[in-house]
Amino acid sequence: MTPLAVSASTVSSALGCGLAAQRDALREGRSGLRRNDFGSAPWLGWVGRVDGVEAVTLPPALVDWDCRNNRLAWLGLQQDGFVDRVQAARERYGAHRVALLLGTSTASIGATEEAYCRLDADGRFPVDLRRPALHAPDSLSAFARAALALEGPSLTLSTACSSSAKVFASATRMLALGLADAVVVGGVDSLCDNVLFGFNALELISPAACRPFDAARDGISIGEAAGFALLERIDAAPHAPRLLGYGEASDAWHMSSPHPDGHGAELALEAALARGGLRASQVDYVNLHGTASRANDAMEAALVARRFPAGTRASSTKGCTGHTLGAAGIVEATIALQAIEHGFVPGNVGATTPDPACGAQFAWTCEERPVDVALSNSFGFGGNNACLVFGRAP
Amino acid sequence: MTALCLYVEGIGVWSPHLGDFAALRAMLAGQATAKNDAPVAALLPANERRRAPESVRLAVEVAGQALAMSGRDPTTLACVFASAHGDQSITDAICSTLVEAPTQLSPTRFHHSVHNAPAGYWTIATGCRAPSSATCAGSHTFGAALLEAATQALAEQRPVLLVCSDIAGRGPLLEMTGCDRAFGCALLLTPEAGVNTLAQLRLQIANEHAAPTPAPVALAGDAVGNPATAALPLLASLVAGAGACRIGCATEMDLLTTVEAAA
Repeated sequence: MTPLAVSASTVSSALGCGLAAQRDALREGRSGLRRNDFGSAPWLGWVGRVDGVEAVTLPPALVDWDCRNNRLAWLGLQQDGFVDRVQAARERYGAHRVALLLGTSTASIGATEEAYCRLDADGRFPVDLRRPALHAPDSLSAFARAALALEGPSLTLSTACSSSAKVFASATRMLALGLADAVVVGGVDSLCDNVLFGFNALELISPAACRPFDAARDGISIGEAAGFALLERIDAAPHAPRLLGYGEASDAWHMSSPHPDGHGAELALEAALARGGLRASQVDYVNLHGTASRANDAMEAALVARRFPAGTRASSTKGCTGHTLGAAGIVEATIALQAIEHGFVPGNVGATTPDPACGAQFAWTCEERPVDVALSNSFGFGGNNACLVFGRAP
Repeated sequence: MTALCLYVEGIGVWSPHLGDFAALRAMLAGQATAKNDAPVAALLPANERRRAPESVRLAVEVAGQALAMSGRDPTTLACVFASAHGDQSITDAICSTLVEAPTQLSPTRFHHSVHNAPAGYWTIATGCRAPSSATCAGSHTFGAALLEAATQALAEQRPVLLVCSDIAGRGPLLEMTGCDRAFGCALLLTPEAGVNTLAQLRLQIANEHAAPTPAPVALAGDAVGNPATAALPLLASLVAGAGACRIGCATEMDLLTTVEAAA
């Protein structure tokens, strides 16, 4: 494929708001996880919670969109001058030539949960939550389109934990066909009872902070995050890091566990490398999906061992951020981009006794080293796999 | 931009009044059609069909119809499953459980609640390892998904199965969605004409927003409340073998669609 410029990006997670907070935490090997202090189940594991979301106030024109997910989205958009970069693109190309493609799995379901908690005497939603657009899975994109004053094509992708990786694929296709001149991609997922009790029901939540690729790992820690990136053609930002390839594939296996042999994950990897015109040996760093579930990490450790030489470094950063579900793709895309920009490989925080299935590729602690090509894996329920490849501008 | 030019190889449709594309043709010709109790989703193995939630059975039913018409191999067929509301019935049940007894939440119900449950069931049932997606865009869900599927078909030069469906809502959520009846449709889109091509489809983005094309009078009763019925004017064009319509794909952005006989 024709590489694209990632001309701006931003991220906010349990590691803090903005790129600098994430970079510093990753370099220090610091985790943002805390004992769960959210919602009605404080005993449920540890979480990656973003500080300050409750205090966010939306501007008057956007108050109908108020909910935790959109407050987190708004908080995220304010970091790293991202709103200004989008405004510049809007002025350069015209609002209808800037598309918006966002991934989410929770959207604003937390607001729907709240409405069910506060049904009125007639069994209806409370008056303050009778906002139909808020109780729909595209509420994030509808809110962001209004917040960014964009008038181009717009779509929400919701393929569970691969959602905000797949938006890069859709954006690439849209730019290739000339349907837009710039695309805002990203994703936002927020803590809510739905995911906490849902993953609890699946017995996938660790009672402690998650330990990706540890021999004794016992489940995930759920996180929340907002992240965004601006994709343009290379001539608009020749020195910006680049999206070199993407791959998407399905497992055709099971609704809530990955194919044990990683078939779909490997197909996505192969497609991403092929689009980038790259061999696996040219990949310097792989940011793994690495949720700390028994099944995912076993499958992914074997995939890394089978497909990459020892010189390729690999780690999961979910021990730092938690599993941010629908936002994981964009969070980890920004980590891959930071690895390239700042020349480091984040350590696999949380693991103390590496699973013997992990090969020499694993970076258990942060390594300062140049990274020219970085790859990010994102796998979702339903066997939905995505892989992104980023590279330094030559 | 220049128009996107694709070909339609398969069409699926289901509502309580329309069992398939032939029934739609009959209804538009003024003939009576049989009432349907529930979508069959014959492609699902029997045990999966029992387990699968209604949103999955509806999506798989129309997807299966379009696939059968095309004769394509599903194992390599990319797919886009769109739904404005997801499974409203499951959302209602989960939100009620979270109020009453959150620790009693069923794990199966939770994994059925993901927006890509229909894509997951479909790819598992058909052995599909191709890219699969799940999308939404409110009242513009059909138009936005049509643009997404068409873009994938043309940019990657591969056939793409587009499915757009919403089931009827229930419980307190229904007042918010306003979607009280099921409707689903599917289009198998290809970048090149082939022996099974049914029609040519051209798409053009229009930035000046105007009222979308209304559904034909015979279908007006079906085109209420369910966002997936935004497809009805295009489906009517496909019945006629020719026609043009305007379908919203975002706020203040429309798709102008033109159906004509394949050259």
